Amino acid sequence: MSRQATRGDPRKVNGELFTLTYGALVAQLLRDYEDDEEVNKQLEKMGYNIGVRLIEDFLARSNTGRCNDFRETADIISKTAFKMYLGITPVVSNWSAAGDEFSLLMENNPLIDFVELPDGHNSLNYSNIFCGVLKGALEMVQMEVDVKFVQDQLKGDSVTELRLKFIKRLEDAVPVGED
Amino acid sequence: MSGLQRQKASNLDKPLSKGKAEVNVATFALMFSEIVQYCQNRVYTVPELQNKLSDLGQHVGNHLLDILFVRERGFKREVKLLNMLLFIKGNFWKTLFGKDADKLEQANDDERTYYIIEKEPLVNKFISVPKDKGSLNCAAFTAGIIEAVLNGANFPAKVTVHWHKGTTFMIKFEESVIARDKLVDGR
Repeated sequence: MSRQATRGDPRKVNGELFTLTYGALVAQLLRDYEDDEEVNKQLEKMGYNIGVRLIEDFLARSNTGRCNDFRETADIISKTAFKMYLGITPVVSNWSAAGDEFSLLMENNPLIDFVELPDGHNSLNYSNIFCGVLKGALEMVQMEVDVKFVQDQLKGDSVTELRLKFIKRLEDAVPVGED
Repeated sequence: MSGLQRQKASNLDKPLSKGKAEVNVATFALMFSEIVQYCQNRVYTVPELQNKLSDLGQHVGNHLLDILFVRERGFKREVKLLNMLLFIKGNFWKTLFGKDADKLEQANDDERTYYIIEKEPLVNKFISVPKDKGSLNCAAFTAGIIEAVLNGANFPAKVTVHWHKGTTFMIKFEESVIARDKLVDGR
């Protein structure tokens, strides 16, 4: 069974298939774990795995070089990465004075089309997979960041807000006993 | 929680989107890969894994059915078996996967059985099946979608997935569906 992947082909996938598939996943997780916090954790873990792999695809296709500062990183995340993979461009805003923290504001989060949170799931971050993806991807380019949900349209906020905080630059770690 | 005062927007208040939004194939492929891995960690055998993927597909299918008929068919459901199958092969497949399904065939020896054949289903595109799990076909997910759409449109059927000419989805309708279709045809 030779299934040749047609790489380099900028093919797209129907957004609703994507949205509903994600919905099926979250619904399954909720059935399996029965606990919002656990589901958040699981989603973040999956996102991390995705991010770690997605960054390679991103670097291979986007022709972006090394960023000079965190502001540049923020711009590339919103204008290039989100655009490329989800077709949206979140707004970068609310910079902290030190320039190490910013927010991504999304008005049309594609993950939440058709979604309504039932009562009793106030601590569920439905789109928590984003946090993992961003963390995983940035970790692979030597940046440790913290990503949190601040606002969520599913909980009645007018936008979905993700907050990214730069923690530190990661040095390439040398395996134990190999210095 | 202040959530009580805040008004959550209801989906019914929003207009139905035109469904033109698209995402990168890599985004979908990586997410699907996570789904497969997650399912695999919770089962022991290949058939169990396929069932699990099919369950997830059914969730998707259940939700797609109404959107598709409202948008593509002006609120009208198909009542004839053949038209329904052609809808799946054509409109439905095209909306989901950007192209018609490769083939639709009926079994020679059984009027209840139909095959939809797709040489390279989208979900299998980025999956290499490990040697020890040769029979695994992750398009079980797609089979689940088809099954839910058929069941939802009142054509109860069982859809299974097989490695044959690429991937073949075997659709086995319940006896009642065939009987009813003959009745409709007779008029």
